[in-house]
Amino acid sequence: MLAKRIIPCLDVRDGKVVKGVNFQGIREVGDPVACAEEYNRQGADEIVFYDITASHEGRGVMLDVVRETAKRVFVPLTVGGGIKTVDDIRETLRAGADKVSVNSQAVQNPDLIRQGADIFGSQCICVGIDAKKTDSGNWTVFINGGRIDMQLDLLDWVKQIEQLGAGEICLNSIDTDGVKGGFDISMLKAVVNAVNIPVIASGGAGKLSHFADAFQETDCSAALAASLFHFKELTVGEVKADCQKKKIIVRS
Amino acid sequence: MIAIIDYGAGNIFSVKNALDYLGLQNQLMDDPALIEKADRIILPGVGAFPAAMKMLAQKNLIPVLKEQAQKKPLLGICLGMQMLLTKSYEFEECAGLDLIPGTVDKIPVQDRIIPHMGWNALEIQNSCKLLENLGNSLYVYFVHSYMATCENPEHLAACVDYGCQVPALITDHKFVFGAQFHPEKSGETGLQILRNFAEL
Repeated sequence: MLAKRIIPCLDVRDGKVVKGVNFQGIREVGDPVACAEEYNRQGADEIVFYDITASHEGRGVMLDVVRETAKRVFVPLTVGGGIKTVDDIRETLRAGADKVSVNSQAVQNPDLIRQGADIFGSQCICVGIDAKKTDSGNWTVFINGGRIDMQLDLLDWVKQIEQLGAGEICLNSIDTDGVKGGFDISMLKAVVNAVNIPVIASGGAGKLSHFADAFQETDCSAALAASLFHFKELTVGEVKADCQKKKIIVRS
Repeated sequence: MIAIIDYGAGNIFSVKNALDYLGLQNQLMDDPALIEKADRIILPGVGAFPAAMKMLAQKNLIPVLKEQAQKKPLLGICLGMQMLLTKSYEFEECAGLDLIPGTVDKIPVQDRIIPHMGWNALEIQNSCKLLENLGNSLYVYFVHSYMATCENPEHLAACVDYGCQVPALITDHKFVFGAQFHPEKSGETGLQILRNFAEL
């Protein structure tokens, strides 16, 4: 049986790890390569670097971080943020990433998903989504770090990206992100039921039981968290031990 | 010296990074004369079977791989493992290296997400030197949509469960080994498998 994955995410700006709360009030906390090594020791099943620099110089620094990490950490690496073109995808994979995560760029140019999947394979292309509940009860997709509502229905979007060849979805709930009240179970359920590709839960983990809750209440494949692991409130090992205790299959 | 076959497919740098990290001498190569001099060979691969076989043929690597596999350890990884078999039905019928009798076909499950991607636990079927000293975790990392079937069940060293029995490690019990998973992405367990390969 496939194990449910626990994925720490490192938000990186200018080569340094930071973590925002609700995308604001960014705090800086350290060297991304050392953080990735520590997460690897804790048993992380995958490590995500999210580049929030977006500037051209910043991208080069990010690729150096990926290169260094790939020499020392031997679990899958995903890199997101600022990937706009097929060349960006190629460059990132060549630096040692196993997957790229595209978000705003995919909304503005869905063909990037199709091209990326055709050239590099679906397994390399993760689509990150920031979504928020509307007053009418559905969810819409936001871009630019949760700032712009694209008025695009979340469930229409996930079906479209699956058809375009995305290999995975990383679903971040703007409503629960940074709030630490648990993952957005209703949104997760709706997306998992709408597609047949793996869905990573993101945004909202605040305590140990939130991870097991996501796996018990939805068929998501993985759960991602950033600040919780950064600020050492929990280790990946503790999360896995809790899942194991609740008979959820995780990698030992 | 471990030769990492560089025929233009896949992320071969992660294999190189893992061998470097383990302090195992290695070199990317595509020259048959150099490959003959190596102690061991790793055949990586990501992508589609027919395209990869075509690239091996264009670089004139098929004869040297077949010949060297009779004399020194050869490890195929992922698509490189599938290419060790007789033939594949990915897109079209295509001949493989035929070092282990068997075929490659779609993973025969309807109710599961394809590709089979993530960490799955090895179930050991037949003893194999690559599986020694693995410690307490048998989880390794997979990303694939097609899978191997060996004609001879003795060639199956380990499999995993994904709604069907998915061959994970195959061997002729002489020099040829094939890992459907990525040992270079499988944490400490994968690194130990690579160490074991270097010590054969």
